[in-house]
Amino acid sequence: MTSPIEVNNLTKKFGEIVAVNHISFKVRKGEIFGFLGPNGAGKTTTIRILTGILKPDEGKAIVAGYDVLEDSIKVKQRIGVVPEVSNAYVDLSAWENLMLIGELYGVSKKERIERANKLLREFGLYEARHRLVRGFSKGMKQKLLLCMALINDPEILFLDEPTSGLDVESARLLREKIQQYGNEGRTIFLSTHNMEEANQLCHRIAVINHGKIAAIDTPEKLRAESSELQYVEVSFNKPVDPEEFSGNEHVIKVASAGNKIRLYTSSPCDVVEFLVDFARLNNLRILSLNTMAPSLEDVFMKLIKEHGERRNGSA
Amino acid sequence: MDLLEQLKRSFAITKKNIKIYYSKGPIIIFGLIFPLFLFLAYTIGRNMPLKELMPGLISMTVFFTSTSVGPSIIPWETRSKTLERLVCCPISFWVILLGDMFSSFIFGAAISIIPVMFTLALNVEALNLIILIFSLVLAALCFSALSILLSSYPPTDIPATVMMISSLVKFPRVFISGIFIPIEQMPTWGRILAFISPLTYFTDISRHLILNAGYFPIALDISVIAIFTLLFSITAIKIHEKTLPKRIS
Repeated sequence: MTSPIEVNNLTKKFGEIVAVNHISFKVRKGEIFGFLGPNGAGKTTTIRILTGILKPDEGKAIVAGYDVLEDSIKVKQRIGVVPEVSNAYVDLSAWENLMLIGELYGVSKKERIERANKLLREFGLYEARHRLVRGFSKGMKQKLLLCMALINDPEILFLDEPTSGLDVESARLLREKIQQYGNEGRTIFLSTHNMEEANQLCHRIAVINHGKIAAIDTPEKLRAESSELQYVEVSFNKPVDPEEFSGNEHVIKVASAGNKIRLYTSSPCDVVEFLVDFARLNNLRILSLNTMAPSLEDVFMKLIKEHGERRNGSA
Repeated sequence: MDLLEQLKRSFAITKKNIKIYYSKGPIIIFGLIFPLFLFLAYTIGRNMPLKELMPGLISMTVFFTSTSVGPSIIPWETRSKTLERLVCCPISFWVILLGDMFSSFIFGAAISIIPVMFTLALNVEALNLIILIFSLVLAALCFSALSILLSSYPPTDIPATVMMISSLVKFPRVFISGIFIPIEQMPTWGRILAFISPLTYFTDISRHLILNAGYFPIALDISVIAIFTLLFSITAIKIHEKTLPKRIS
């Protein structure tokens, strides 16, 4: 079975700048695929190529079974897009925006009206449907964009930082909806800055940096591969110099975090035993002791740093 | 997707443009108020009979109204990022431009019908009136295509820049197209300039049908306007397609 999104050796240059540099990956059917990267990493350019807005300079991308370069209209017919920047028509009402987009996707009038009513109710915009979008809050605009992306009942959704800058309530609603649409079997390509969001929603994550893919895997595996980012966090009843622990064979790095000491290690059990012995020998009482798995943010920072170093080394 | 479906979708763009852009300030100023003042400056104190004024009035109306909407739509949509929204939709780029052209055409043709109604009081023959209306529709289409071409380069997102450039192209054209000075009274260099302006041929048709004083045969006028329409449309689509990545990057 072919993947809903297959990218092979995709490259896009803007003058001298290589925005996307020979990237390849596949997204599985029904998967929520996260696309993480710092600003300017090539996330939006990749989405713009996959949605048929930009043409790649090299490589091939197959979306919904069609080549984005040769059959871009067929690709666009089968996808829904929430772009990075809000781009509903502010001089039209929410209803008029939905009707326009439905018409441009060739959705029949009866279906347009049914779907628009359903979506507006689902996203809590029904009462405001005849108001001009100009007066909408950022959260309302973002919800409307998702409604517009869903008006053609797409197989694949491309979401470019859909919750960026939203209030907690709106962001949570959008995340719930993304999860719901993923559960319904739609394939979702989600570009985000929010690590927690990626961790919560995505089946797999690709990390992109300087236009190249630094890693692709499940959030759990990415964390497991960065075991050296695990740490044991301890606090004692009396001040202790963190340097006391730097000589231990299991400790990779020591850092202070307020009144706590963080001991980075790939072997947390050994470090816990060592700390208990250390406290007993020095007549100290342990006030708190926690072993912490690396956060996705830690993994992301590590991957970006390593990728940057490799890039500089090869330059 | 078949051509009919694409055309249907271009009408959705037209409807959207009518709702959004017809009431915008620059459209009213450049499409209605400016040409009205130009016409008043031309007529006041000249003591000309209404019949002699009509070809100029109809020509200026159709020219200014049909070229007022088109130039500003793409820059406006570039600025508000709605162009990217349209490009995401399953339609060819020419469909978007055709929708813009239709909205410019409808604005021009609908308003230009008003001065044409005045000709009913001038004892113009019924057949001539039909030819005049047909020519007006064709001319409105031609000038709408020109307006889309005017917005094609530079690929700016500032509507005022395009309005300025289009005014620079449009206003001199009024003086070299036989509206103020009939072609036969122009010097040779003036005639050469007149020949490359599509407005000349529509003014000539109006003069033929209302004053019985045309310069070219009507069939030639109509053919040249049709050729200009095709030329403007194809060139506008080609340039817009080429500059699109700059607009959305």
